[in-house]
Amino acid sequence: MRRRRGSIAWWLIFLLGVLYFFLPLVATLDFSLKAQPAFAAYTNALKDPKFLTSLLYSLVIGLLTIAASLALIVPTAYWVQLRVPRARSLVEFVTLLPFVIPAVVLVFGLIRVYSRPPLPFTHTDIGSSALLVAGYIVLSLPYMYRAVDTGLRAIDIRSLTEAAQSMGAGWLTIILRVILPNLRAALLSGAFLTLAIVLGEFTIANFLARPAFGPYLNLLSESKAYEPAAVSLISFGLTWLAMIFIAFLGRGARTRIEIGGAH
Amino acid sequence: MGFLELSHLQKRFGAFAAVEDFQLSAHRGEFVSFLGPSGCGKTTTLRMIAGFEYPDSGTIKVDGKEITNLPPNKRNVGMVFQSYALFPNMTVADNVGFGMRVKKQPKDAIRKRVGELLELIHMPEKADRYPYQLSGGQQQRVALARALAVEPQVLLLDEPLSALDAKIRVSLRNEIRSIQRQLRITTVYVTHDQEEALSLSDRVVVMSQGRIEQIGTPSEIYNFPATSFVASFVGTLNLLAARVVDPSAGRLSVEGQEIRAATPVTGARSGEIVSVALRPESISLEEGPEGANRLRGPVTDISFLGSIVRLRIRLGGGPTVSLDTFNDPNLSLPSIGEAVTVSFPPEASLVLDQPADAPGAEVAAGE
Repeated sequence: MRRRRGSIAWWLIFLLGVLYFFLPLVATLDFSLKAQPAFAAYTNALKDPKFLTSLLYSLVIGLLTIAASLALIVPTAYWVQLRVPRARSLVEFVTLLPFVIPAVVLVFGLIRVYSRPPLPFTHTDIGSSALLVAGYIVLSLPYMYRAVDTGLRAIDIRSLTEAAQSMGAGWLTIILRVILPNLRAALLSGAFLTLAIVLGEFTIANFLARPAFGPYLNLLSESKAYEPAAVSLISFGLTWLAMIFIAFLGRGARTRIEIGGAH
Repeated sequence: MGFLELSHLQKRFGAFAAVEDFQLSAHRGEFVSFLGPSGCGKTTTLRMIAGFEYPDSGTIKVDGKEITNLPPNKRNVGMVFQSYALFPNMTVADNVGFGMRVKKQPKDAIRKRVGELLELIHMPEKADRYPYQLSGGQQQRVALARALAVEPQVLLLDEPLSALDAKIRVSLRNEIRSIQRQLRITTVYVTHDQEEALSLSDRVVVMSQGRIEQIGTPSEIYNFPATSFVASFVGTLNLLAARVVDPSAGRLSVEGQEIRAATPVTGARSGEIVSVALRPESISLEEGPEGANRLRGPVTDISFLGSIVRLRIRLGGGPTVSLDTFNDPNLSLPSIGEAVTVSFPPEASLVLDQPADAPGAEVAAGE
């Protein structure tokens, strides 16, 4: 009897979760289908070349952000855990700063510093895009650092490092051949979160006047009624596809590590 | 000059002296164990040889070449860890061949050497397995093969058997010794298990509080401990407080019962208290021959320990003495409370450097 009651409670919580997640999507879908003729909002959105270009631009910026974040965070988190564990709380505090410093403050800071000599980044498209990547690295810092840190804690990095060193490996070999392959599951979750943040971000991209997906969506909602809802759903689906693709790339490593952790 | 020379090694962590004035000279192919309790500095010394710690002073030489300040990846010293430290993302073969790949050796040479080493550890069929698919003992054998693959000048093992269960520990211990003898590789083995150290080593270095207490063969360490620490740490021991009666004749008194040491008691005068060490196996449950030391008291406890039986006998007011006798089915044992006389030869009573802290304490080895 008690077991059945527990099972009902479980299904109730599960149902609430499903409703919480899917109801807004269903409402958005319902609203987007109100355009006449049927699916007009979707065909109009897909016909607009800015939709695809802005989405592609954000995807490329997202991938660059992930690559740069990993290059910055993996060696930092590794070194902190291995050599200066006492600095860990300080580093964690720094990585949490994006939660208390609004994106608008960050982007104004970037523009003030990098819009004049000696580093006039905002004068060129590439420079502005580089600033955008830099801003996104900061925004994704809390998620990426935590993912990497958790992954590092799950393996005995000290012994693995020392074992590799005793066999003649240098630091680069250790990071590339020993540490990174064992962090793939953690890196993937960090990459998912970063990609999701980049695709939905508006403030930094807007102030840097970048043709990103967030500002495009915002512009669309100011001028059209049903299309923004359709575009939101399409971008949602595409984001999921991108994540499934990344997960597929790291599938082997994830399975191995999960099984490996159980012995 | 030895093959591995450690001279006046000193290492402090803040105010804590981890290793003090450590000196050792090991010859090529020798198996040396560092034995001591946790925090005695044995692992720190091993890590200094490996290059994971640097000494504050002193030098480390291998085959005449100083390596004191070389980074670990330039030392050609193989290491086996307590936690195995196999790379989880690599197969057994990839783990074993890792060091050779780092050194950019030809693929064929790597494949051949990996095959030889897997044969050596009796695991040729496990080449394609991942570490999580192996038992603890198998993982440690792979770790040993991996450390040997790069043909190190010195092999270091840091409590490699501590995480394994008792039966596997004994079989792997024998395997390590046999491989070491086969390859004649100079080996330093860290352990807190005296049985491991005594059974494996050519020489044992007993350490306490960062200092060497004694260096000697297993037989020397067990039979002729240089200090009360060595005597108490290695093997089970009765430590009895004894009053010196006549130092020149080696006459002592334990709880009013007189015994005799084989040699004169040096460094103590009549009436002073010294510590006498007695191994349980050197005491017999009989009157003994003429000239043997005898102690009398009631039996307080009888324990069956498999092949041996341990009896505890109370002397006078409080201290107890333990004795071991072989477990023979026909053995007639006294009952608890029965007064018995036990005996031991004068050579078995070892007068140590300092008085016992607790009179009549029985000290078990290890942790």
